[in-house]
Amino acid sequence: MDTNNNLTELFKKYEQELLTDWIKEQLAVIPLHENLLTEFEVKQDTTDFYNAFQLAIQGGELVDIKGAHWEKTLQLLDNITKSRTRLGFTPTETATFIFSLKQPLFTLIQKEFGRDVNTPGKELWAATVLLDKLGLYTAESYIKTKEEIIRRQQNEMLELSTPVVKVWDKILALPLIGTLDSIRTQVVMETLLQEIVRTESSVAIIDITGVPTVDTLVAQHLMKTVSAARLMGAECIISGIRPQIAQSMVHLGVTFSDITTRATLADAIRHAFAQTGVKVSRASRQV
Amino acid sequence: MILKSETLELREDNAVVRVRQRARALAIEIGLGLVDQTKIVTATSELARNTVDYGGGGTATLDVINEGNRRGLKLTFSDQGPGIENIDLALTDGYTTGGGLGLGLSGSRRLVNDFSIDSTPGIGTTVSITRWI
Repeated sequence: MDTNNNLTELFKKYEQELLTDWIKEQLAVIPLHENLLTEFEVKQDTTDFYNAFQLAIQGGELVDIKGAHWEKTLQLLDNITKSRTRLGFTPTETATFIFSLKQPLFTLIQKEFGRDVNTPGKELWAATVLLDKLGLYTAESYIKTKEEIIRRQQNEMLELSTPVVKVWDKILALPLIGTLDSIRTQVVMETLLQEIVRTESSVAIIDITGVPTVDTLVAQHLMKTVSAARLMGAECIISGIRPQIAQSMVHLGVTFSDITTRATLADAIRHAFAQTGVKVSRASRQV
Repeated sequence: MILKSETLELREDNAVVRVRQRARALAIEIGLGLVDQTKIVTATSELARNTVDYGGGGTATLDVINEGNRRGLKLTFSDQGPGIENIDLALTDGYTTGGGLGLGLSGSRRLVNDFSIDSTPGIGTTVSITRWI
């Protein structure tokens, strides 16, 4: 208890000194950037945290930081870590916020309690344990923030739906992108079939320029969609078959023999225009 | 001689995508051309999916190998699944037990330079493919 009191007193007594040194330590290590983290923000964060920290240690609990006394302080630390993580700080740089308090604090403890042989050891130990815990907390918080970012990106990728676009009256296009062997693909294909009915289209172009691998499963998905569309009275054109994909498909034995295919989307559109009786001509300039 | 080797788990559909991406990265690394890259990646996709769908999961080992003065990418797919009763039949175009096109195994053989399959009913299946540069 004495040790705790000593430390609490120390933090109160030397507030200005500690804050100044702590901020100085941080500024020496943390990468500052006008658009990212300014000196002002470092000072603000440090002062806010120092105040919350003082309130927390006044509760007398320096070992267990999971208690109610520490809740606000940890939340603040969490926020500081989160914002720095999002700015692209490394784990070392985020943990520096806490660890850079060590040197000024230890120097001060040495100076203040140095007369008594036993005390500085206890104080140092208590301070070191506490700061290590807080430092580890920033590491956990860092990982948590990164995981949140990953989860968000995963969701965003799942939601990357491929839109069915109307190219012309009675002509639809479905530009497919990415991996085609997922459940997502089936959803996309179903959407196409529904759109064919809704827009009363007679030609649907499936463009696979953005699909890196076409294997038998992908081919099967495509063939099923084409057959279904055909049953509904719409013709499908598969476009965007690149040379390397074409060669691989031939070796695989997938022929798409009764499906109209084109190398580029432009070719497919031209074919679709011909099918639907659309004529495109260059307008003669009138002066 | 194996210059570089890595083994990936093949348990679910997503793993097929990962194996494919690694195969493509290694194919690019050893300098395979665009067509050859696409061929080995397509074969990888077929065999990896077979491992997951028919073999009940297993592993894919990707080796960069050196033989004499040629380099190649060798992929080995292993599972401890039900195995294949009749390998010749399984290698026939259009033969399938799972409702696919029946071209995966036979097509893969045509996409690569070396192809070997070893299967024992009740023990499992191992398929190896190599594309040389």
